[in-house]
Amino acid sequence: MTNKTVLHAKHLEAGAKMVDFYGWEMPINYGSQIEEHHAVRKDAGMFDVSHMTIVDVQGVDAQAFLRRLVINDVAKLDVVGKALYTGMCNLEGGVIDDLIVYFFSNTDYRLVVNSATRVKDLAWINEQASAFDVAITERPEFAMIAVQGPQAKAKVATLLDAEQTAAVEGMKPFFSAQAGDLFIATTGYTGENGYEIALPADQAANLWQQLLDVGVKPCGLGARDTLRLEAGMNLYGLDMDESVSPLAANMAWTISWEPEDRNFNGREVLAAQRAAGDQPKLVGLVLEEKGVLRSGLKVITEAGEGVITSGTFSPTLGYSIAMARLPRSVAIGSTVEVEMRKKLVKVQVIKPSFVRNGKKVL
Amino acid sequence: MSNIPSELKYVTSHEWVRNDGNGVVTVGITEHAQDLLGDMVFVELPEVGDTVSAGDDVAVAESVKAASDIYAPMSGEVIEVNENLEDSPELVNSEAFVGGWLFKLKIADESEFDNLLDAEGYANSIDED
Repeated sequence: MTNKTVLHAKHLEAGAKMVDFYGWEMPINYGSQIEEHHAVRKDAGMFDVSHMTIVDVQGVDAQAFLRRLVINDVAKLDVVGKALYTGMCNLEGGVIDDLIVYFFSNTDYRLVVNSATRVKDLAWINEQASAFDVAITERPEFAMIAVQGPQAKAKVATLLDAEQTAAVEGMKPFFSAQAGDLFIATTGYTGENGYEIALPADQAANLWQQLLDVGVKPCGLGARDTLRLEAGMNLYGLDMDESVSPLAANMAWTISWEPEDRNFNGREVLAAQRAAGDQPKLVGLVLEEKGVLRSGLKVITEAGEGVITSGTFSPTLGYSIAMARLPRSVAIGSTVEVEMRKKLVKVQVIKPSFVRNGKKVL
Repeated sequence: MSNIPSELKYVTSHEWVRNDGNGVVTVGITEHAQDLLGDMVFVELPEVGDTVSAGDDVAVAESVKAASDIYAPMSGEVIEVNENLEDSPELVNSEAFVGGWLFKLKIADESEFDNLLDAEGYANSIDED
């Protein structure tokens, strides 16, 4: 059974090439994914992300429950609308999923989790919630459109009414606001400014068309992948999964170790791993000669072997970049080798961030 | 359905062959093939002077999605390669049958034309994919 988002007809209308994405028929591109990529870096592009899973967590125990469920500490959130990126781990310290938590009050939060992991995420969340006084409510009645790029906010602004304009006025990155029927967040998966907008499904096609009419370019999963990789953002299932510690997935910054008595899922295992310092690390790789680094390729270093978790051609930089899991002792700035099409090529190890706000950062 | 010009010959591995006369052929990949591969980012071409046999992997088309071997559809010597692809690999996408050609061969054996598919034969081979 293939799922279709409410924007499916709009994708076909725009000439999308559709592919199966974990049970959802989604656009991979609308012609050229490289042109779509450049549109987001230089102007404005939009993505249908209605397949993502929105889950509301409400009730007197909502804060206590999330302090157990996720590795970051939601008690740090004290401004209404603030968003927090983090992960949820199993009791063995493996990453079940990465997600964004939106804070409305200590009894009211919204989670956005991946679509590919929807079934297991909901099962885990509900199982964990049984010990708490909380209501877990999936919100499939919402569609979601991400509008990203240096001109994204200005183009969206032309479509907002006075009340909505006031609601998003001066919004900093990683915040959200309910503006009439629109839930507007300054989050994204591209390394550019912009919004992710959740709205009632029956209004989505209209907003999509309005965005098209003000020159926002439709972008598919292909561009979404090259943009997120340039931005150094993880993709669940490639860069981490349940067998991987957040410490080995460049997610240590999303863990709150303080206060020490917060007993989040996986804490004991992760604390031991942290003390031992024996987890591999996720780094960035750059190949300036011809060729494209791909997921699964072996990386050879003096400290031992590693693996490319995701790799691509970077349209912004004009050469290939990748994320790779390597032995912890491999230094940033060093040169290692990748086994590619029967030969070894030299690549540079950098921090996993390549492009932000249209600019090279390495 | 993608465009399959009737004046060209084909192999099932998605290369096309144009008979330029005087024992010279031009080789490229089909519109269908570039559509499967997506945006081209690098094309690795053979060296002028290389001697190739039909079925040898002689070039690599690297797209956003995958690296794909390109096979010599006929035997012969490489006499010219499309140097425009160095800076503009996207020609393989936008002009698969014209500006996106890959290399030219001085063929060794005219009878190898008999092994190639015509447009209809190639169209049928895609349908079976």
